[in-house]
Amino acid sequence: MMQTKTIRFRLNGVEREETVDVRASLTDMLRNDYSLTSVKKGCEVGECGACAVLIDGQCFNSCIYLAIWADGKDILTVEGLKGENGALHPIQQAFVDEAAIQCGFCTPGIIMTALELLNRGKKYTMEELRREISGHLCRCTGYENILRALERALNGAPSSHDANRD
Amino acid sequence: MFDIKALYEAQSISDAVRLLEEHPKARILAGGSDVLIKIREGRMAGCELVSIYGLDELRGVSLDDTDALRVGPLTSFSALENDPLIRQYICVLGQAAGTVGGPQVRNIGTVGGNVCNGVPSADTASTLLAWDAQLELTGPGGMRRSTVEEFYLGPGRTDVRPGELLTCIVFPRESYENYFGWYIKYSMRNAMDIATLGCSVNVKLSADGKHLEDVRAAYGVAAPTPIRAKKAEEAFRGAEITPELPKLFAEAIQADICPRTSWRAPEDFRRHIAGELTMRALQECIRLAGERSTK
Repeated sequence: MMQTKTIRFRLNGVEREETVDVRASLTDMLRNDYSLTSVKKGCEVGECGACAVLIDGQCFNSCIYLAIWADGKDILTVEGLKGENGALHPIQQAFVDEAAIQCGFCTPGIIMTALELLNRGKKYTMEELRREISGHLCRCTGYENILRALERALNGAPSSHDANRD
Repeated sequence: MFDIKALYEAQSISDAVRLLEEHPKARILAGGSDVLIKIREGRMAGCELVSIYGLDELRGVSLDDTDALRVGPLTSFSALENDPLIRQYICVLGQAAGTVGGPQVRNIGTVGGNVCNGVPSADTASTLLAWDAQLELTGPGGMRRSTVEEFYLGPGRTDVRPGELLTCIVFPRESYENYFGWYIKYSMRNAMDIATLGCSVNVKLSADGKHLEDVRAAYGVAAPTPIRAKKAEEAFRGAEITPELPKLFAEAIQADICPRTSWRAPEDFRRHIAGELTMRALQECIRLAGERSTK
């Protein structure tokens, strides 16, 4: 018999209550029950970061997080970043401005990590940024533009080292 | 869906012990960054689990009334890295925790899980071993203490007895006071990789700062379990600090370690990097200890 548990949580600002299969990952629940397809199914073993979401402000790989553990938690996905009239979040806008998207599969996960970094309210060196996004794989290998977008979003502007790129 | 036959959520430590006794085949699920991946890969198909992830009483770091540093086993690697008490007293443990996986893995993975799963490459295990940490295990018969050395039975095997779970990692005051440590992980990539070799060294200097009152070194992946360089430590206790000392100590540890050849690296390469990392880590420890004592 299927084992279930009823959990209550906040999802993108909305209080929810749901009865979930105890075998479900948070990725399964977010995609299947709420159609939040920004949460990508990538490696499913916590290596690639494509499924990353914020849980109580911290970034987790939802593929290796049981849905039942979401009980009492505050969960945020990229869908929850939408501003009034569908406006993009400044981090999303930075990704657009820096052309930091190729196929886009890794983008939602990296944006969630960027949001965790932004909420810490500090500035980052390039070395720190590289370490902070090391849990995300971009198979298009578009890391340079992603790092520029992160610098723009978190530090205000891309650093001077790539001023000669034009 | 994970291939789980049944999952029991513990509500307290005693409830976890009861569930483990009732379901003797059940495995403990802490952060899941090892267990859930094994399930996903089909290596634990149809398993029963006791989830202790919800037990907040097993999280966090505190000092008790004897000034022993108590680390909850469910403390995540990132919480450990940022913890003010760890930064103050055993900074190297946070440093080692910061080399695990990537940021999201460090948010879910736990220091207790890192030790209990018994892998020789566990980044925090060599530091726990090098700092004489004691493990508190709670089971049907109450609580018992174990050293990290006794706890490791073999590769992937630890002394978690039926009905038991790790409930605290304790550093008595004498095991950390005035010690300064450094950890170096050698791996092929800077992130999301497992150590080819890990080296955790710490020292306590004599009052005049010119001798090693104590030196302790432990290694990951230099033997079937995390291992201490006991003979070298003994030989260098009291040694005068000279420019040659780190190199001599690095040579001495070769008699203590027994690395093997695996697909990651051959034995002679592991021996080479064990020596190199020991030398660098010891130099750094002496520098840190000297800096602190001249303040």
